[in-house]
Amino acid sequence: MEAARAHAPRPAWSANRWRARLRGRSTPLALLAVAAAVALLVLLPLGFLMEQALSIGISQVDALVFRPLVGTLLLNTVLLVLVATSACTALGVAVAWCVERTDLPGRRAWAVLAALPITVPAFVTSYGWVSITPAVQGFGGAALIVTLAYYPLVYLPVAAVLRGMDPALEETARSLGMGPWRTFLRVTLPQTRLALLGGALLVAVHLLSEFGAFAMLRFQTFTTAIYDEYRLSFDGPAASMLATVLVLLCLVLLLAELAARGRARYARVDTGAPRPPARAQLGRTRWLAGGGLALLSGLALGLPLVTLVYWLLHGGSTSFPVATLLSTAGTSLKLGLGAAILTTLLALPVSILTVRYPSRIATVLERAAYLPYALPGIVIALSLIVASVHYLPTIYDTTQLLIVAYAILSLPLALVATRAALAQAPPVHEEIARSLGCSPLQALVRVTLPRILPGLGAAAALVFLATVTELTATLLLAPIGTQTLATQFWADASTRAFGAAAPYAGLMVAISAFPTYLLTRRLGAILGPREAR
Amino acid sequence: MLASGCGGASSNTLTLYSAQHEQMTDALAKTFERKTGATVRIRFGEDEGLANQIVQEGSASPADVILSENTPPLELLAEKGLLTKVDSATLAQAPARYDSPSGSWVGVAARETVLVYNPKLISTGQLPVSILDLAKARWKGKLAIAPSEPDFVPIVGAVDKLDGRAATTRWLEGFAANAKRYNDNEGIVAAVEDDQVDAGIINHYYWYAQAAEVGRANVHSKLYYFGHKDPGALVDISGAGALESGNHHVLAQRFLAFLLSTEGQSAMTHSGDWEYPLNASVAPPPGLKPFASLEPPDVGPADLGDGSAALKLMQQAGLL
Repeated sequence: MEAARAHAPRPAWSANRWRARLRGRSTPLALLAVAAAVALLVLLPLGFLMEQALSIGISQVDALVFRPLVGTLLLNTVLLVLVATSACTALGVAVAWCVERTDLPGRRAWAVLAALPITVPAFVTSYGWVSITPAVQGFGGAALIVTLAYYPLVYLPVAAVLRGMDPALEETARSLGMGPWRTFLRVTLPQTRLALLGGALLVAVHLLSEFGAFAMLRFQTFTTAIYDEYRLSFDGPAASMLATVLVLLCLVLLLAELAARGRARYARVDTGAPRPPARAQLGRTRWLAGGGLALLSGLALGLPLVTLVYWLLHGGSTSFPVATLLSTAGTSLKLGLGAAILTTLLALPVSILTVRYPSRIATVLERAAYLPYALPGIVIALSLIVASVHYLPTIYDTTQLLIVAYAILSLPLALVATRAALAQAPPVHEEIARSLGCSPLQALVRVTLPRILPGLGAAAALVFLATVTELTATLLLAPIGTQTLATQFWADASTRAFGAAAPYAGLMVAISAFPTYLLTRRLGAILGPREAR
Repeated sequence: MLASGCGGASSNTLTLYSAQHEQMTDALAKTFERKTGATVRIRFGEDEGLANQIVQEGSASPADVILSENTPPLELLAEKGLLTKVDSATLAQAPARYDSPSGSWVGVAARETVLVYNPKLISTGQLPVSILDLAKARWKGKLAIAPSEPDFVPIVGAVDKLDGRAATTRWLEGFAANAKRYNDNEGIVAAVEDDQVDAGIINHYYWYAQAAEVGRANVHSKLYYFGHKDPGALVDISGAGALESGNHHVLAQRFLAFLLSTEGQSAMTHSGDWEYPLNASVAPPPGLKPFASLEPPDVGPADLGDGSAALKLMQQAGLL
């Protein structure tokens, strides 16, 4: 132990803390090293971006950052993120409340329908709309369509919290004379705050890095402008400066969410049996609520699916090149599975470290792994290309590099799921196993792993879904001759060959269906562990 | 499962980086494969993007041949000494004014810059004399451009060469203020067809491709040719060059020769690609305005250079 301490990094400010830590529960150094390696890997793109930004002279930075386009992009991006995130939040909360807290007829069916738009990638939704009317191109249309595509990210966690919430606080408020609206605003809503903010942050981050939908809707944001730069200069300084501004925007978002979260927590002290909450009697407004939900499902889910089927049947350019369709679907499946396995394996050590051996350094490593989530795929892809060409040419232009990119992009998804699963597996079982002579690794493999398998499955499914619908990193990193459903769809849809694009979109939605089904069953457990049912 | 993607570097495999349309590239590659028994691997991209990717890849680049839509990316590679000389017999197949001044690449096909317009929204009397007129305020919200499409860069270069820096800057600032921007020429043709805008700047072949897809009778937009040596009548040259860093120099030269051969040029014109072939012995696709009647300006590949000046002007004007 003394030797280990002597070699441990010891900045003066934390020397005492380190000593205390090492004397107490000792973090296995191997685990720490593996988790640190994972964090380093995912921070690589950010490092390259910073290096590039620093290597550009000040005068060039000035010319590139303070040029007319950047002002337009900043205005566009900030306005859209504000409007669409607010709309998603309002819509998500309203739908969650209707489904979980009212006597709306057909609540269970609505609960599923309202979540389903998450299975259709935003660029497919945009394709559906653009193919019937060019009027959706521009700010209004872009805000509308991304709201329809992303509101489930708020709806799902808020609904889970509403479902699991102990109604005692609300009942107390009502008994003290608060009206139903005030109770909702002052008592119910604050309790959903963490879920609501978390969902809103997800929406905002998705919007910052969304490419396909905005390109199709002719709405310029930083991410589409970076793609334009890629078309005209591959990886020029202009692209990396735009990316730097985008990263700063992401950091502002992350900090804003952290600040808005505050420290207030709402939880029951003991795990008693809360009664199911009383449901608001909608009376005649139930038809209004039902009609609203029907309209929402029609616009968010019905329209894209109907246009998809229409183009399959009637598109002038529709053809069913069966061999190409099958091989492309096969490639997407293979890449999705590869990424799911690798990413889950990378997430596991980081989660074990943060859940079993919480410490400041564990928190730092975990937070670091979340950072790339805010980076658009195109930024990560460009930096991986530069890194591999210069330092590791043997992996340049290979499937392995593409899978690494997917892993970096989707590690946070896997972390959320593996963390939640580990937190629910009591460490006492591992301790018993160890007291019976198992090594820590044996205890983990034989006792804990079987318990957290469903959680690992959820992690893998989340990564698989994100990978199958990933567009920009795939466009840049796919080895010569490799085509995925997403890139083939894009090649056709972006040149307005709507019919030719349709089979690829259909297959993409179809192979996303099974993991999504698995997930909606597990999501409650991930997001709201105290689910009442 | 994690199979390597870096197979196929055998001596009979050619790696082609193509900025050209997929249909046309595939037709060329298939015909070449049938003729020679070689295998062609293709990476698709866009002009400047692909050229700069090759620069980044350096000596590790898998590319043997690059096929571009315009000359600036080829000039960019030639300037950096990354292209080998093209066989003189191949160069001789295309008019010298459409080849690399230094013999580093060969012109393959030509396209004409045109204005596609909607006769319902604008009468022929209102059509501009010069592409410079389109930056005027009366076109506000009525003109579609695709500044991030590599086809736009040579037009900027042509205006710069013919009318000077100050006029070019004013013209681009007018576009930044007035024009509606689209991602690509396909989007412009669709917008003009859908009555979204009065007119748009494109290369002629996007209109012909659209007309072929939906039937000439169902297209109501029309093409306007600027002519009279206006920069708006610029002829864009698609060209090809072989990479010095490539591992298959003989095969690469064979491919370039094939591109300019009667066989290659007819494979191109029969692939649904509406470009003008540069080998005089092959007839252009039927229905095109005769190549000799286009009256393009006297702007050649050397005048356009590597496009970096044009890109910079576009950045300063806020188009990029």
